[in-house]
Amino acid sequence: MSAIIGINGIGKSTLLRTIGKIQPKLSGSILLNSRDLKSYNALDLASLLSIVLTEPLVSKNLTVLELIALGRQPYTNWIGTLSDKDKVKIQEAITMVDLSDLQYKKCYELSDGQLQRVMIARALAQDTAIILLDEPTSHLDLHHKVQIFKLLKSIAHKTNKTILFTSHEIEMAIQLCDKILVLNKEVHDFGKPDELIQKSAFEKLFPIDTVSFDPSTGSFKIKK
Amino acid sequence: MNTQKKYRLFFVLLLLALLVCLVINISLGSVSIPLKDTFYVILGNSVQNDSWNNIIWNYRIPKAFTAILVGSGLALSGLLMQTLFRNPLAGPFVLGISSGASLGAALLIMGSSLFSGMLSFTFVNDLSLAIAASVGSFLVLLVVMIVAVKIKDTMALLIIGLMFGSITTAIVSILSYFTNAEKLRQYIYWSFGSVGNLSWQQLLILLTIILAGVLLSIISIKPLNSLLLGENYARSLGVNLKRSRYIIILATGLLAGGITAFAGPIAFIGLAVPHLTRQIFNTTDHKVLVPAVLVYGAILMLICDTIAQLPASVNVLPINAITSIIGAPVVIWLLVRKKKMIF
Repeated sequence: MSAIIGINGIGKSTLLRTIGKIQPKLSGSILLNSRDLKSYNALDLASLLSIVLTEPLVSKNLTVLELIALGRQPYTNWIGTLSDKDKVKIQEAITMVDLSDLQYKKCYELSDGQLQRVMIARALAQDTAIILLDEPTSHLDLHHKVQIFKLLKSIAHKTNKTILFTSHEIEMAIQLCDKILVLNKEVHDFGKPDELIQKSAFEKLFPIDTVSFDPSTGSFKIKK
Repeated sequence: MNTQKKYRLFFVLLLLALLVCLVINISLGSVSIPLKDTFYVILGNSVQNDSWNNIIWNYRIPKAFTAILVGSGLALSGLLMQTLFRNPLAGPFVLGISSGASLGAALLIMGSSLFSGMLSFTFVNDLSLAIAASVGSFLVLLVVMIVAVKIKDTMALLIIGLMFGSITTAIVSILSYFTNAEKLRQYIYWSFGSVGNLSWQQLLILLTIILAGVLLSIISIKPLNSLLLGENYARSLGVNLKRSRYIIILATGLLAGGITAFAGPIAFIGLAVPHLTRQIFNTTDHKVLVPAVLVYGAILMLICDTIAQLPASVNVLPINAITSIIGAPVVIWLLVRKKKMIF
């Protein structure tokens, strides 16, 4: 599980969306399994990479089950009939994200935290090696933020998937992520949280007159 | 699953309702024919009164089938547009299709007197009107498709479609201003819409167009469902967004363009039926919605046509007015009752 962190406007979401081929790259090249991202067609990519975005759903009138089932689209036939394997994968995703009680509810009946878990389950059902998430914990309270972080970590470790997400929850990322990419203006450090603390990668993140980083606790202090 | 059985039951009931509406529609008209004799004629027997045979086979049955095709096709194209543009206000005519058809018809009816030197045919009949209207709607559709290549944003496409509509409407008003009263009357008469006057041959052409549109819609069911999540999600699920968008626009063009060409610009069905269907079936799954709107559209259009022909009177009301008068209160009632729009 890896997080991309950095201040607003540094390009976290841009990077994530470019990797997900949602927007065209600005420059450089992106390799996925040592193949240029450009050479993948939409369907090939859909079985390698799934996404959870910040944009709202167009229709919230889908049931939780229907929405998660849409994650199986890359594998279903021309009219979208679910095979037995698809149904197993959907139930696995529901169990892993603990949505069994909610599966027949409509999406408009859910809270933000529940809906985010449904979207994660949909990405899980898509059964890809990589899951990209854009700020999965925004709009959530502390409890639900921790819940999502722990959920992502357990998914990454149990299923051996790569989970890459953008976040403003630096302290939580330090505690729970395997690796972090810190986007600064010039240097972009990538590594394990404790290595990054030793390299004092987090100190440069914000202007020193507002907050300072305390390496011993891995947290930020507000300058008074 | 339980819901699937429920849907199946719904469909059986709906098809029965469609059959009932069809029989009622055929049995009523300006000439009163007893129900028993109507059945006789439909089943292939001939009755003593020869003109009854003629009325039923050459007038009422083609009209009823036209109503079914028009209702189904418009409802389906409305559904396609609402999902593609993620907009509950979208209808089959948002891409300027109906305006294009109106322009074609207006140019033929009213323009022929203005540019009589340039147009070789000044004789206006139903067939040339249908051709002019379909040429008009397809030209507008073609421009929209060309624009769609350049513009990736679906919302921008929607606005461009509306702008084309405005331009063509403006041209039609200018034409109307300069034309004489007789021609204007003829044009307005066309714009009222009508499901009568189609020969079996024309009906066959319309059927082919509608079938093509329905087929294109059926192969789009999967992309349509993924579009419920949004365009970015749809792409991440392996949907070839560009191609799907073309297919959906083309299907709408065939359905709405073909219908407008033969039956005039018929309002409301395309906008309302998808809403009615979503409210009643309480789902947004296009595997259910596509067949459901086809049947609902047909039923609603048959009912409207039955009312429009004013049973036992020689007058026929403009079908365009009836679709709105009947349909709008139904949608308002459904929305008020459920207090929530399902989209």
